[in-house]
Amino acid sequence: MESELIVYFQPEIETMPRDELRELQLERMKESFRHAYDNVEHYQESFTERGVTPDDLQSLDDLSKFPFLTKQDMRDAYPTKLFAVPNKDVARIHASSGTTGQATVVGHTAEDLKNWGDCFARGIGMVEGSADSTIQVSYGYGLFTGGLGAHAGGEAMGCTVIPTSSGNTKRQVQMMKDLNTDILACTPSYALLIADTAIEMGYDPASEFNISAVICGAEPASQNMKDEIAAKLGVQYCDVYGLSEVMGPGVAMECAEKGGIHIAEDQFYCEIINPDTLEPVEVDEWGELVITTLTRQATPLVRYRTRDVTRIIEEPCACGRTHRKIDYLRGRTDDMLIIRGVNVFPSQIEQVITEFPEIATQYQIILTTKGPLDRVELQVETVPEFPIDEIRKLEDLKARLGSELKSNLQVSVDIKLVEPKTIERSEGKAKRVIDLREGK
Amino acid sequence: MLAQLTVFLENEKGRLAAACRAISDAGSNMHTLVVADTADFGVARMLCDNPEACAETLKAQGWRAAVSPVLGVRVPNVPGGLAQMLEFLDEIDVNVEYGYCITLNDQSAVDIFKVSDDGTVEARLEQAGFEIVAPEDIYTIG
Repeated sequence: MESELIVYFQPEIETMPRDELRELQLERMKESFRHAYDNVEHYQESFTERGVTPDDLQSLDDLSKFPFLTKQDMRDAYPTKLFAVPNKDVARIHASSGTTGQATVVGHTAEDLKNWGDCFARGIGMVEGSADSTIQVSYGYGLFTGGLGAHAGGEAMGCTVIPTSSGNTKRQVQMMKDLNTDILACTPSYALLIADTAIEMGYDPASEFNISAVICGAEPASQNMKDEIAAKLGVQYCDVYGLSEVMGPGVAMECAEKGGIHIAEDQFYCEIINPDTLEPVEVDEWGELVITTLTRQATPLVRYRTRDVTRIIEEPCACGRTHRKIDYLRGRTDDMLIIRGVNVFPSQIEQVITEFPEIATQYQIILTTKGPLDRVELQVETVPEFPIDEIRKLEDLKARLGSELKSNLQVSVDIKLVEPKTIERSEGKAKRVIDLREGK
Repeated sequence: MLAQLTVFLENEKGRLAAACRAISDAGSNMHTLVVADTADFGVARMLCDNPEACAETLKAQGWRAAVSPVLGVRVPNVPGGLAQMLEFLDEIDVNVEYGYCITLNDQSAVDIFKVSDDGTVEARLEQAGFEIVAPEDIYTIG
């Protein structure tokens, strides 16, 4: 029997007329604010401090009267002070890694988990996935939201889910081949490692494997890196946005039309603010993404400052979905490196690297202090085919890369060619920047 | 032409030792070694047994390794012995990228050169009376 191609997973929601969608957003936001205010001490305090109550939300424009919630607020609420439901209603707990500070704990009710699965399943629909598809989840499973989030999406769609988690890359490749995986969900750096491993194992995954799509997120990736993954695996690349504080992967997902990532606007209300003035930016302008959850029961968030830098795209999408898109993330306000007074995002450096076919995609940025100045060292590898016997070509490559970076970033970068084993291969989130500067 | 194995090394303590150990573990014996260095990296150039197989083994282990054709010439150990040969290369418009000497005795020296080669350099040198060094004179294959 020929199965029908599912274009929209939830057509009534995904293509809802915008005025109806905005009405739904307001109605849900009012409920959510009331729920948060009645059940979470933090919101009672922060609302009172701003002189507002949930009743002051009469239109979506009133949202700007309400206080922000920061990552620090969430850390301070450790472990469960932001929970708005009793323990009996909490179905699961996720937590962000505490490597840079106190861990952030987020609760999910059964309803929250169901909504999460639906959000991710919409993205599976965007890559033409259906109940007939096999999805291999190579995100890590555990407190990190990647694995279980993608897993829930696969189950919501009715896919065959292979929960490989991350690691054991050769086995990942073998399963992908033997079980005819249609969709791979993992971090972009891991997708590239899987592709390269398959090629090293003697396969051409683009022509020999069944795989037709990857759903990648949880770390920044340049357009060139996405193109490289798409070409090596022969797939549609779907960018998924999400963060554990808000839900996990599925907050926004990229359709086949590209040009940005569709926000699940029935679940999340997005604003863009200037991170310095905290005022909303003009239409189309870049700034910090602020998210208000509309349906989350266990941990409702009011104006959460994500620190992610993007902009909202107002133009309607040709795919027919009415939910607006955010642009591809430019970085995080706190990933932004201030080098000799210049703002630099690691993604800009990556963009330049990927324009050099002689350089492998793995890289590492080392920041040190040299006297009063910041010193930036970029460690890169040549691709295996590069004629390393010719020192002149190696020196020439270094010089060209250095001058291209200088003209793109306005900062000079010392290039260091390293042996392949120097830069750690990623099985999860790649650590690209090592900041050894004093006082940073 | 001789097949020279080149290994890319970071200019860090212990890298040459690690490379030599890897070549030894690959079952290859090194007969010559020259290291060229820059501020942050170096390349180790060597003539060793089974250079192609050795390069593949190293690459599979994550080293950057390559095999390049180089010219081996035996010149008389007298003043001007090498100069005469280089002058001939100049006359026939062959450029030398780099070169080094690997053996020396009372009668002769063996010099290795990376040259711009259109495939005829060895034949033209022999025609002019120069003695070309064959791979089996230095290393074994198979």
